[in-house]
Amino acid sequence: MTAAGDRLGPTLFERSRPGRGGGKVPHPPKDALARIPAGLLRGEGPRLPEVSEPELTRHYVNLSQLNYAVDTGFYPLGSCTMKYNPKIDEWAARLPGFAALHPFAPDELSQGTLQLLWELEGALAEIGGMKAVTLQPAAGAQGELTGILMVRAYHRSRGDTARSEVLVPDSAHGTNPATASMAGFRTISIPSASDGGVDVDAFRSALGPKTAAVMITNPSTLGLFESRLGELLDAVHKAGALAYMDGANLNAIMGRFKPGEAGFDVMHINVHKTFSTPHGGGGPGAGPVGVGEKLLPFLPSPRVLREPDGRFRLEAYGERPASIGRVRAFAGNAGILVRAYAYIRAHGASGLCEVSEDAVLAANYLKARLADVLDVPFPRPCMHEFVASSATLKAETGVRTLDVAKRLIDYGFHPPTVYFPLTVEEALLIEPTETESLETLDAFVEAMRCIVDEARHDPDLLHSAPHSSPVRRLDEATAARQPNLRWRAMTGSQSPCPD
Amino acid sequence: MAYGPHTTEDRARMLAAIGVDSVDDLFADIPASLRASGLQLPPPESEAELSTRLRDLADRNRVELIGFLGAGAYRHFTPAVVDQLLLRGEFYTAYTPYQPEISQGTLQTIYEYQSLMAELTGLDVVSASHYDGATATAEAALMSCRATRRERVLVSRGVHPHYRETLCTYFGGASLAADEIPLVAEGPAAGTTDAAALERLLTDPERPVAGVIVANPSFFGLLEPMSEIGRLAHAAGALFVSVVEPVSLAVLASPGEYGADIAAGEGQSLGIPLAYGGPYLGILACREALVRQIPGRLVGMTTDIDGRRAFVMTLRAREQDIRREKAASNICTNQALCALAASMYLAALGPHGLRDVAALGAARAAELEMALAAAGAPRLHPGPYLNEFAVRVPGAAAVHARLVGRGILAGLPLARAVPDDSSLADALLVCATEVTTSEEIAAFAAALREELSGSAADERAAAGPEVAAR
Repeated sequence: MTAAGDRLGPTLFERSRPGRGGGKVPHPPKDALARIPAGLLRGEGPRLPEVSEPELTRHYVNLSQLNYAVDTGFYPLGSCTMKYNPKIDEWAARLPGFAALHPFAPDELSQGTLQLLWELEGALAEIGGMKAVTLQPAAGAQGELTGILMVRAYHRSRGDTARSEVLVPDSAHGTNPATASMAGFRTISIPSASDGGVDVDAFRSALGPKTAAVMITNPSTLGLFESRLGELLDAVHKAGALAYMDGANLNAIMGRFKPGEAGFDVMHINVHKTFSTPHGGGGPGAGPVGVGEKLLPFLPSPRVLREPDGRFRLEAYGERPASIGRVRAFAGNAGILVRAYAYIRAHGASGLCEVSEDAVLAANYLKARLADVLDVPFPRPCMHEFVASSATLKAETGVRTLDVAKRLIDYGFHPPTVYFPLTVEEALLIEPTETESLETLDAFVEAMRCIVDEARHDPDLLHSAPHSSPVRRLDEATAARQPNLRWRAMTGSQSPCPD
Repeated sequence: MAYGPHTTEDRARMLAAIGVDSVDDLFADIPASLRASGLQLPPPESEAELSTRLRDLADRNRVELIGFLGAGAYRHFTPAVVDQLLLRGEFYTAYTPYQPEISQGTLQTIYEYQSLMAELTGLDVVSASHYDGATATAEAALMSCRATRRERVLVSRGVHPHYRETLCTYFGGASLAADEIPLVAEGPAAGTTDAAALERLLTDPERPVAGVIVANPSFFGLLEPMSEIGRLAHAAGALFVSVVEPVSLAVLASPGEYGADIAAGEGQSLGIPLAYGGPYLGILACREALVRQIPGRLVGMTTDIDGRRAFVMTLRAREQDIRREKAASNICTNQALCALAASMYLAALGPHGLRDVAALGAARAAELEMALAAAGAPRLHPGPYLNEFAVRVPGAAAVHARLVGRGILAGLPLARAVPDDSSLADALLVCATEVTTSEEIAAFAAALREELSGSAADERAAAGPEVAAR
């Protein structure tokens, strides 16, 4: 067992002993709650754990060490853009002026944050080639919903209520079809062409008076630039539909391609990908949405406005009646947007262009070096990520992509995204990002070579991998069949702590 | 580039390995007609310059005022240990635990979060987090429609106006109906959800109700008749959705106790900075029977192949990456780090500490109520409250603006937040928490007394509260 393995430990609840902890806040007067009718009060207090601060610290530090993270190693998780997260961004978000500002503080007290948000909107609009940007959505998927709700409002404003369908290529992220459903549309899935790109002819035959929008991820989830995009966008607009761009892969194209200029009507941006706000073990992110002229009136409220005298303010309630309304409380994940702003200012125009160039360079380098190790189904240059496949390896050795991924853990790497996109058999979606050194990329190639070699000589070693992680493969079937989703403090039905 | 490792030589080696002369060749797939001309953005800044710029911007915000502002986001003391631990790069630079073997830290902390929230809410199943209180409430409402196969919910006007607006946006997309439950206009229950009106709204056989959504404490700080509302909702076959504030659950009856089927709420008060509205923490919890309807990630306890206890994401067939257009929601990225902060906060305070936070806030609020009443600003509603309440102040918006000039942030002018309710035109929503001091309360009351005694005449002569507020 590794050092990390020994850190598997009890839950907070198992660590709890009555009487531990305390000293954080003053005690209230005894009669503090006497004015509240007893029937409205809680019968029995919540059974929260009681732990001392030293135990608490070790609990979380030890748990943290069971995680793989960008700060600990290479994390080529395709489509997630796991790049390095600059430390000054964390420092900035914690400045009291930003962190302690109440969301209902009057505009006159909030000028610094409002200015930052206004400038960030401008920078993102420039990067996306869009007319305007809303920073309100809390994550990429919420940005998608915001964008598609604006599409819906646009068509309705023109009395065009027959448009009930959203076309999505079969290689899209699951959020695209799920978003279309949430916004009340039917998803039509369009098969990809054999070169991995969108099948323009298939789109043409599906487009019509019922099409509200087409959602395109560009570069695609295969890491390819949609080279027939111009034709596709023409066809979409001829059909009276709008073009949505999923900006999940913006990290490849900054300064080289602006979706708005190219004809997209609306796009979202994942700041936790391209603009390096940390992924946080699942979030929080932010999902700004850029729009062209047609959707401008429908942007969610409130927008950040700049007055002629240079002051900033939030739009008032009901100020822009065509707005789709709010998509969340308050103005957005401002604390995350501070980090994105810092990242953009640190890089400037030239630095952001270089980010994309280096991301694309690194992906093509890995692709070239792995071409004789795994299948690489699409030979043309990739963007910031590429798809490899273990299909041949599986046919020859019985070793699957899952096994390769799990064995990578033993070599000290986070596995790529596996079995996505759904259109490629035994897929590994590899995204190195621009912040990994050549030494790291070479070490990853070497590990992949060794693993493929092992697959030929000792496939069981891979079937049973990982071997060096804190835990090994999990019993996911039992987890789903008999869900245990919470600690039950009083029943004692849980298995005792493993140590 | 600021954070890139590549030297000129590295780049040359990489280009050679690829077999191209220039990085431009790698972008050849972008059709010439679609190529962008570059970026019109400022030049790069060194970290030293950038830190000065950021500090200057932060300093343009004014956060030093004596504050009584709540209204869905609360100022609390956060133990130092919380942020120190949150800064562990292993937590904040990891992503969704798709590879459980190397994500047990994130997975166990999410399981613990689910367990802590289950204790607070008295419900069984807690999602790994939603964006904020507003979106969690909207998802709860959608859940109630899925579970009952009905298409209409009833939302109390005591629910935060931003939550109601967000719910309307979500429901518009799904072509579902959200009708309002009015508040009691006068008498001892003034300002609380009107149960008699709710009963009438529930009786329309043509429009069966999926969910009844009521906040406790309400947006106005009032404690609602939750048991009675739950009884009415269930009698009509509807689910009962409670919108909660988690610190209050240390002392107030829990959703589980008063029969709620789903609880949604904002977890910001659990150790998460105000940060102008986010990132916050959307809490969503439900009874076991609804587990397959709840959107968002769930972590379960299981074992590995060696029999060691371990944690894993589970019941994933509800999620968008598996079910695509049939998923329970499109949510992918959530607020996991905020859920972690909330868990750390709860663990640092413990059950007694959390109760002290809630009860001390209540004690300070009672002190504030007396001081403001003595200064000429009595409460607007008579019913019980915990630590937030509305007061009547003639010319509330103008008085509020003048108090800002005196260094006091006198809560929220309700006309700004709820412009469609004329009974709130002269009201301020104020709150106290454990960090509110007696000195701050005295300063507020003294300044308010001066404003009210000196300005009543000016007020009528002035251009009106709306203009003054701007």
